[in-house]
Amino acid sequence: MLVSVATATIGAFGLRISRTTSDFYVASRSVGPVLNASAIGGEYLSAASFLGIAGLILTYGADMLWYPVGWTAGYLVLLVLVAAPLRRSGAYTLPDFAEARLQSVRMRRWSGLLVCLIGWLYLLPQFQGAGVTLRTVTGAPPWLGGVVVAVVVLLNAVAGGMRSITFVQAFQYWLKLTAIGVPLVFLLLVWQRDGAPTVPMQPLSAAAEPPHQLYQTYSLILATFLGTMGLPHVLVRFYTNPDGRQARRTTLAVLGLLGLFYLMPTVYGALGRLYTPDLSGTDTVVLELPGRMIGGVGGDLLGALVAAGAFAAFLSTCSGLTISVAGVLSQDVLRRLRLGRHAHALGGIAAFRVSVCVAVVVPLLLALVGADVPVANAVGLAFAVAASTFCPLLVLGIWWRGLTDLGAIAGLAIGGVLSGFAVVMTIAADPPPGWPEALLSQPAAWSVPAAFATMVLVSRATSDRVPTDVGRIMVRLHTPEHVNVDRGPEARHEADDPTVGQRSPVRSTRTDRRS
Amino acid sequence: MAAPRRVTVTSPRTTAARSRRVAATQEIDAQSAVGDAYMRSLIRSQLRLALVVLGVLGGLVGLLPLVFALLPSARDTDLLGIPLPWIVLGVLIYPALLALGWFYVRQAERTEQAFSDVVERP
Repeated sequence: MLVSVATATIGAFGLRISRTTSDFYVASRSVGPVLNASAIGGEYLSAASFLGIAGLILTYGADMLWYPVGWTAGYLVLLVLVAAPLRRSGAYTLPDFAEARLQSVRMRRWSGLLVCLIGWLYLLPQFQGAGVTLRTVTGAPPWLGGVVVAVVVLLNAVAGGMRSITFVQAFQYWLKLTAIGVPLVFLLLVWQRDGAPTVPMQPLSAAAEPPHQLYQTYSLILATFLGTMGLPHVLVRFYTNPDGRQARRTTLAVLGLLGLFYLMPTVYGALGRLYTPDLSGTDTVVLELPGRMIGGVGGDLLGALVAAGAFAAFLSTCSGLTISVAGVLSQDVLRRLRLGRHAHALGGIAAFRVSVCVAVVVPLLLALVGADVPVANAVGLAFAVAASTFCPLLVLGIWWRGLTDLGAIAGLAIGGVLSGFAVVMTIAADPPPGWPEALLSQPAAWSVPAAFATMVLVSRATSDRVPTDVGRIMVRLHTPEHVNVDRGPEARHEADDPTVGQRSPVRSTRTDRRS
Repeated sequence: MAAPRRVTVTSPRTTAARSRRVAATQEIDAQSAVGDAYMRSLIRSQLRLALVVLGVLGGLVGLLPLVFALLPSARDTDLLGIPLPWIVLGVLIYPALLALGWFYVRQAERTEQAFSDVVERP
C-alpha cells in the first residue's frame, strides 16, 4: 500500500515538470548517470529477480544461479556491443533504430509488432507475480494483485510519462535493495543464533533434476546474455543518457548495482532450503522466510517490508514496459488507424495515453486467464524471444554494413516464429518430457543462431538493397559526439509529431563546447 | 529548351601542388577513401575490443557449466565452507563482470580519444 502511495506521489511530482511529448518519451535526455543507472536497475529488477530466483534456487539448487548471472552479464554484452552506438543513433525506440539504420518503413512496423509481443510476454508474469504476492500477504484472491499493479502503473504513466518514471524507477531500485537487504541481515542473525547449520546444497529430493541440464544451462546463458539488449524497456533507458560515453558509464554502474542486488536472492534461496524446504516449487520463499524464521511482530514487519519490495518490483518493471509498448503503439499503430488526425489536434500526448491503456490491459487479461508458469521461467522465455530477434538486428546493424532491410525482416521473422512457437508450446501445450521439453522451454540455443544465419544469408543475397548512405549512418553510430562531422539526418520520430519542436539541446551545444 | 552546356571555370594553375590540407573530418564528411579508412579503422578497433571482452567472458563464464558438469570434484570442493559452484556463481562472478566492464569502458574511451585526436588535428 505504502509503495503504491509513494510511487503515485513521485509520479505526481514529475507531472509538474514534464510538459512536452519529449519529456514523455525520454525525460528530455537530461538525466544524470547515477540517477539513470539506479533507474535502469529499478526498472530491470522485476518480480523474477525479486521472487523468482530464490524460489528456483530453493527448488533446483546451484544450476539456477545462472539466471541472475545471465541477467547481469547481459548488461556486459549490451555494454560492449550496443550501448554507445545505440545512444548515438539518436533513436528513441527499437523501431526508430530499425528504420533509421535500414531506411525502411516496413522494418519499422515489424519491429513495432515485436516490441509489443516481447513487452506483453514480459508483463504477463509480472501481473501473475503480483497476484501471488498479495495472496501470500493478505489472502486476497490471486487476480487482485495484478489488477492493483495495473491500475497504479496506468495512473502513473498516463499522468507523468517518462520523466516522472525516471524518478520513480531510481527510487524503486533503492527501495528494492533495502526491502530485500534489511530482512536478510536479521535472517542471517537468526541463522547464526541457531549455530549456523549447514545448508543442504545438493538438489532437494522433492524436485528431480530437470532433464538435459547442461543443454538448458547453455541455452539459458545464450538467452540472457543476448536477450537483455533486445528488451524494449531496457533500450529506451539509453536515450536518457546525454551522449554515448555517458551511456557506457551508466551501463557500467548498472553492472555494479545489479551485482550488489543479486547477492541477496541467492542467500534467501539457500536459507529457504534449510528452513522452508516445503516451499519447493513456489515463488513465495522470499515473502515467507521472515515470518517463518523470525516470527512474531518483528517477522511480520520484515515480511511486510519484503512484500513492499516485491510490489516495487512489479510496479517499476511494469511501468517501464508499459511506457515502451505504449510508445510504439502510439507512434506506429494509433497513427495508422486514422486516429492520427485527431491525436495530432490533441497533441501526441493523447495518443500516448490511449496507448498506455491498451499496453496494460492486454497482458492483464492474458494473465487473468493464462496458464501458471513460474515467474522466472516466463521471463526467461521473453529473453529468448528478444535474443532471437532484436539482438541480431542490433548487433549486425551496428557492426556490419552489409545488413539489408529484407535480411533483417527475414531474420526477425525466423527468430520470432521459432522462439514464439517454443513459447506457445511451453505455456499452452505442455510438451512431452525429455528433449522436446528441454528444447522448447529453452529455445535460445537453436533459435538465436537461426536468426543470425538468416539475417546474414538473406542480406548477402540481397546486397543490392544495402542503404546508399550506410557510410553516413556508421559515422553517426560510432563517432564520438564532440567530433564535428556530418551525421546525416536525425532518426525519424518527431518529424511526424509537431508537438516536439524544441527537443535535444544537448547535441547541438556539444560540438561548440570544444572549439 | 536545351540548357546551356556547363563549363568548368578553372585557374590556370590546376596542375600545381595543392597547399591546402584537408581536415580528416572533411574527408569523413565527403566519404572519400581517406575518410572511409578513418571510420573503418575506428569501427574495427572498437569491434576488436568488444570481441576480446566477449571472448574473455565466454572463456571465463561459458566454460563453467561444462567444468561443473564434467568434474564432479569441482562441484564438491568447498571454499570457506561453501561448495564451489555456489560461491563462484553466487558471489565471485559479479566483481569479475564489473572488472571486465570497467576494462572495456576504459579501453573504448581511449580508442575514441585517439580517434578524435587524429581527425581533429588542425
